[in-house]
Amino acid sequence: MTKYIIQRLLAALPVLFGILFVTFGLARLLPGNPCVAILGEKANPVTCAAFNTRYGLDKPILTQFGIYLRDVATGDLGVSFRFGQPVTQMIAERLAVTIELAFSAMIFAVLAGMVLGVISARRHNTTVDVVTMIGANIGVSVPVFVLGLFLAYVFAIGFKDTPFALPPSGRLSAGMAVTSFVNKFNVSPDSLFYRPAQFFTNLYFVNSLLNLDGKLFVDSLKHMLLPAVALGTIPMAIIARMTRSSLLEVLGQDYVRTARAKGLGERVILTRHALRNALLPVVTIIGLSLGFLLSGAVLTETIFGFSGVGRALYDGITARDYAVIQGFTLVTAVVFLVINLVVDILYGFLDPRIRLT
Amino acid sequence: MTAQPATTPLPELQTSTRRPSRGFWAEGLRDMVLRRRSGQIGLIIAFFLLALALLAPVLATHNPNAVLLGKEQGVRPRQRPCIHAVDNLPSLPVINFFRCAEGQPQHYFGTDGNGRDLYSRVLYGSRVSLKAGLYTVTLAVIIGILLGAIAGYAGSLTDNLIMRIMDVVLAFPSLILAIAINSALLTVADGSLFDRGLTVMQRVLGFEDVGLLTALISIALVSIPTYARLVRSQVLSLKEQEFVTAARAIGAKPGRILFRAILPNATAPLIVAATLGIATAILDTAALSFLGLGAQPPTAEWGAMIGAERNQMFTSPHLILFPALAIVITVLGFNLLGDGLRDSLDPRMKNR
Repeated sequence: MTKYIIQRLLAALPVLFGILFVTFGLARLLPGNPCVAILGEKANPVTCAAFNTRYGLDKPILTQFGIYLRDVATGDLGVSFRFGQPVTQMIAERLAVTIELAFSAMIFAVLAGMVLGVISARRHNTTVDVVTMIGANIGVSVPVFVLGLFLAYVFAIGFKDTPFALPPSGRLSAGMAVTSFVNKFNVSPDSLFYRPAQFFTNLYFVNSLLNLDGKLFVDSLKHMLLPAVALGTIPMAIIARMTRSSLLEVLGQDYVRTARAKGLGERVILTRHALRNALLPVVTIIGLSLGFLLSGAVLTETIFGFSGVGRALYDGITARDYAVIQGFTLVTAVVFLVINLVVDILYGFLDPRIRLT
Repeated sequence: MTAQPATTPLPELQTSTRRPSRGFWAEGLRDMVLRRRSGQIGLIIAFFLLALALLAPVLATHNPNAVLLGKEQGVRPRQRPCIHAVDNLPSLPVINFFRCAEGQPQHYFGTDGNGRDLYSRVLYGSRVSLKAGLYTVTLAVIIGILLGAIAGYAGSLTDNLIMRIMDVVLAFPSLILAIAINSALLTVADGSLFDRGLTVMQRVLGFEDVGLLTALISIALVSIPTYARLVRSQVLSLKEQEFVTAARAIGAKPGRILFRAILPNATAPLIVAATLGIATAILDTAALSFLGLGAQPPTAEWGAMIGAERNQMFTSPHLILFPALAIVITVLGFNLLGDGLRDSLDPRMKNR
């Protein structure tokens, strides 16, 4: 098993280098002059020369790449042209939002998807099965932004003044106070824990639980429900279909027949024998869906007014903010890479055959 | 997905499905059209869309890009749907939605923020989306076949190099990479070779909208690895089989072995993946256009139409509803068609 993990880690290294190369290349390939984009009316040859020197844009491109690699290795992702903020700080503030969104969506997708899939397989070829699968087919065909707008409309307008009304935008209600971990534990800006403290402050679910702040928890949960469902529906439908087809396949196998023959109840057969084997392909789907969740986060954050990674990246690209584009693409790609690595390793745990190849 | 007939037709069990031949295709398609509910519905939707796209000039009531304000009596921006034919029908919510206000000119789906006829725009949008799906997948499949076939057939270093590059592309969330590539392509300096290439493609493919064209290219680039991986795995499993050894034994060159012996046998999974790919491409095009990065005004693209009017959703929901329905039905159609094809062409799925 250790050998397998080391193999997976080594295989990820060239990909990581490739990611660094692409993130650097993409920002440099974006034509249009960053100086003109940032300084606007004030851009002239003199100010631009000073600007380029200041941000190292006058050096040869390979030197720039070398400097970039060194900076990334030391945890320096540069400074945003537009906000004058370190990119690491923007990431610490915004990554939390996206991670919470992606996780909530995933939890919804896995729970609802597996339950629907199991029900569908148990009631194979009945009305319940057919209706669920028609629903799943429609589910994979609805774009994130359409579903998001639809949910916002239904829950903000349709259920207005009822207990079911949910806020259509924002991460928290106006005036909600958040306890900052930076202040609470008095973390100094030079400390190694400064960025993590900022990051965990913005994980509102974790924050409210650690601070036992029930009001904050409920409020952040209310704001998260619609985006999570909007983002999680496509993976949910995929997981439901996958669970159903793989469970049907497993239920048709000899060892399940043997289990039936020796008189085990359907429930025991399902939970002890069938489901464990049927869930293997589902784990793969979960890993693959995370890329989709990070992509969909751009759309969800736009619709529901979250200031997360996707939104920041989109804004960075339109404003040609090199450091932001590089930093945020890098972070999304690395998060994605790490998750896939974890899924690979998890798969090795679940299925011994994979370790040996 | 649907209830199967209780008696399984026996002849199908006996027919050999091992070697794809003309019989394989004819039988597979016949199976899909006759027995697979998802394939049937998908096929109907696909043909329906094709008909709408081809007949758009006949079916449209207005020019999709014509601003009607001041040209037509009584027309206002964001006017609600109005069909005179429902005037005498009973009062039901669905029918009332299309009922005309006093003195309103007839617009089946209402008008948009610029006072253009929404029905005609949604209709012409089918042309844009079908083109987007077909062109994107064609480009991605061609490059994917080449890369995957070379990687699988050459093996060793070439294989490693190509597949690691594919891994890097896959390491990025697809839509985010497409956004980044698209904005790089969009702002290419004038007069460069690429710019001239784009102009030629615009003429050849009949696109007026450069933004849409670059969006298609970037979505295609991002989806290459899917096809490359598929073709590579097919080539790897097929190249050890006897008929390939036989071809090699009679002295066929690698190119001939690849394109005449191996690839024809890998077509079925590729067609399934491509059909499902059309659905994804249409979704991604709509998503990019929704963000304002794909189709540019005044192109009638469904995602762009939703993006332009999304802040008016609470007051004029019809502006979101009709383009949204169009996207969902289109994507659903191609997804179902892909599922049906897979069920019918994959021997393992037979008689399930």
